[in-house]
Amino acid sequence: MYLGIDIGSSSSKAAIIDRNMAIVATHVINIGTGTRGPSQVIEEVMQKANITQEEILYTVVTGYGRVTFQQANAQITEISCHAKGVSYLMKGIRTIIDIGGQDAKVIRIEADGRVKNFVMNEKCAAGTGRFLEVMARVLGCDISELSDLADSATNDIPISSVCTVFAESEVISRLASGASVEDVARGAHLSIAKRIVGMCNRVGFEADITMTGGVALNKNVVKVLSEELNMEIKAAPETQAVGAIGAAVFAYERHNKQD
Amino acid sequence: METKKSSRQLLDEALAKHYEDALTAKAAGKLVAWATSICPQELLETMDIDVVYPENHAAAIGARKGALTFIEHAEGMGYSSDICSYARVNMGYAEIQEFAGGNIPMPDLIFCCSNICNTVIKWYENLAVTLNIPLIMFDMPFNHTYEVPEHSVKYMRAQIEYAIERLEAITGRKFDYERFAEVMKISNETCEWWKKATDLAVHTPSPLKGYDMFNYMAVIVCMRGKTACKEIFQTWYEEMKEKAANGEGPFKDGEESYRVMWDGIACWPHLSSTYKVLRKFGINMVTSTYPESWNIRYETNDLDGMARAYSSNYANRNLNYGIKNVTKLVEDFALEGIIYHSNRSCKLMDFRQYEVQRRVEEATGVPSVIFDGDQTDPRIFSQGQYETRIQALVEMMAEKKKSEVTYE
Ligand code: SF4
Repeated sequence: MYLGIDIGSSSSKAAIIDRNMAIVATHVINIGTGTRGPSQVIEEVMQKANITQEEILYTVVTGYGRVTFQQANAQITEISCHAKGVSYLMKGIRTIIDIGGQDAKVIRIEADGRVKNFVMNEKCAAGTGRFLEVMARVLGCDISELSDLADSATNDIPISSVCTVFAESEVISRLASGASVEDVARGAHLSIAKRIVGMCNRVGFEADITMTGGVALNKNVVKVLSEELNMEIKAAPETQAVGAIGAAVFAYERHNKQD
Repeated sequence: METKKSSRQLLDEALAKHYEDALTAKAAGKLVAWATSICPQELLETMDIDVVYPENHAAAIGARKGALTFIEHAEGMGYSSDICSYARVNMGYAEIQEFAGGNIPMPDLIFCCSNICNTVIKWYENLAVTLNIPLIMFDMPFNHTYEVPEHSVKYMRAQIEYAIERLEAITGRKFDYERFAEVMKISNETCEWWKKATDLAVHTPSPLKGYDMFNYMAVIVCMRGKTACKEIFQTWYEEMKEKAANGEGPFKDGEESYRVMWDGIACWPHLSSTYKVLRKFGINMVTSTYPESWNIRYETNDLDGMARAYSSNYANRNLNYGIKNVTKLVEDFALEGIIYHSNRSCKLMDFRQYEVQRRVEEATGVPSVIFDGDQTDPRIFSQGQYETRIQALVEMMAEKKKSEVTYE
């Protein structure tokens, strides 16, 4: 059995594959690095797979928390792991958009799943999951409700500030001047989408495109982004666990010296 | 018998002396100038005027983790946080005038050349106005054409001639053209040795540890018109030549696994933490655009040549020149990757970076990565993000290596 762990800033993911490279179990917990998330996700994914620690032959850790996590055989960046995970799960993908808690990245991959190049967001939180968290808080809803809200928007409200902090005050003033929660939610999604489109252009995106990471669960973001890119975004299975699955595939390859 | 000093010893001593001399000169009532890094320092050296370089001092303050005090002070004075942090550190310093890690004398003359950027124009003008001292400004427009046009050379030459007149008027002394010829000769030789030394990094493994270049750069900025500086580079060259002959690489305790170029200025406040990440992966920065930037060469007594040399530095050249330059570095130094420091301070360097990256990658296929940082503002950097980007570059370089060795 091979274990992949993806420790993000706001969630922990784990995946186990067997010696035939088939996925045995995946698991996601919504707390990330610096919490008990990593140990909990490992424990629970092993329960799901019904295996013990001894059965794990190799572990690869990825994600923002990878550097501080000691119990793995190797640590590999989330860029390579997402590329690996996607090419394991899907055929024909050449561009991956991954929006996580504090990083957003666009990765171009070769036909064999190798990373061709990538861009990541600048230091600030614009265009990341953190931006949506802040928006949800201002709108007084749960982050999981944003998608439905935005679906029923009737007007386009542009949020011009890219900075999360400024966008927050911009949204507050929009709401104060009578804009609906639905329209503002869509505005926030448009703002993220525009930011990501910029990154896609920079890296020179190609079809097929898929999207991974927690934000990909937000159907409206995916829809808005498809419209902005003028290209269909193929849904990735196991959206949140793609990085962990990639890490598990790396674990398999490293252990069997295919890497 | 006296043992021969290492280039590193010579470097440290020369730099300490450079700053001491300037302080002593000031105390003795001599005229002191503040100047930009790629200015025609030959004129000041000929006039025996002590010079300090705020860019170098700001970098030193940054490396000694003192920048924030001055930056906050400058921002308090009303300077925007978007302005180059060298400028903010220096303008803050001009008011506070005290840094425990090393002081510089206040200037009596400002000597500014805009061939590195336009920020320096207002920065130095403001200093001159605030301190009420003379300003000698070399206005060196950006070269939008690939070659430096003749009219730019003429324009620069006229400004050099005018500056000589101004210096004579300010000091009340005659400009000594024989001494000028001597200084031109020394300056050219220094630049030649700087280039020769840094060019040794073409060897694989490279005897040059790239981060050392950031240190040695201090003297090519501050004292390239002095023989002591030339001697440092000669000694450094000899040391590295010997290392190269013995097949020695940059690290005492490990291999040079990857050869990269670092585009842009160092992150001075995070120098050791940025270095450690590279070291961990066996990455050696073998070159940058700096070796060529200070390869300021012309024939002695050829004022047109001097004018051309000062108009021709990398920062003042157009996009196509920049791309060709970096592409050539990839070939000459057998680079496997490029790290672009998207330096919040330096708009001139950053604005073309994405396009340079895209076109160099197209031309060479060498992977690269961009990270956000700043040369002296410690707030604009995230260690975690930096490490992830560098490691991702390593993973791309490793994949590329693997795919290249399969057909044996
Ligand atoms: S760092 Fe850039 S902006 Fe600042 S002085 Fe140097 S060239 Fe000009």
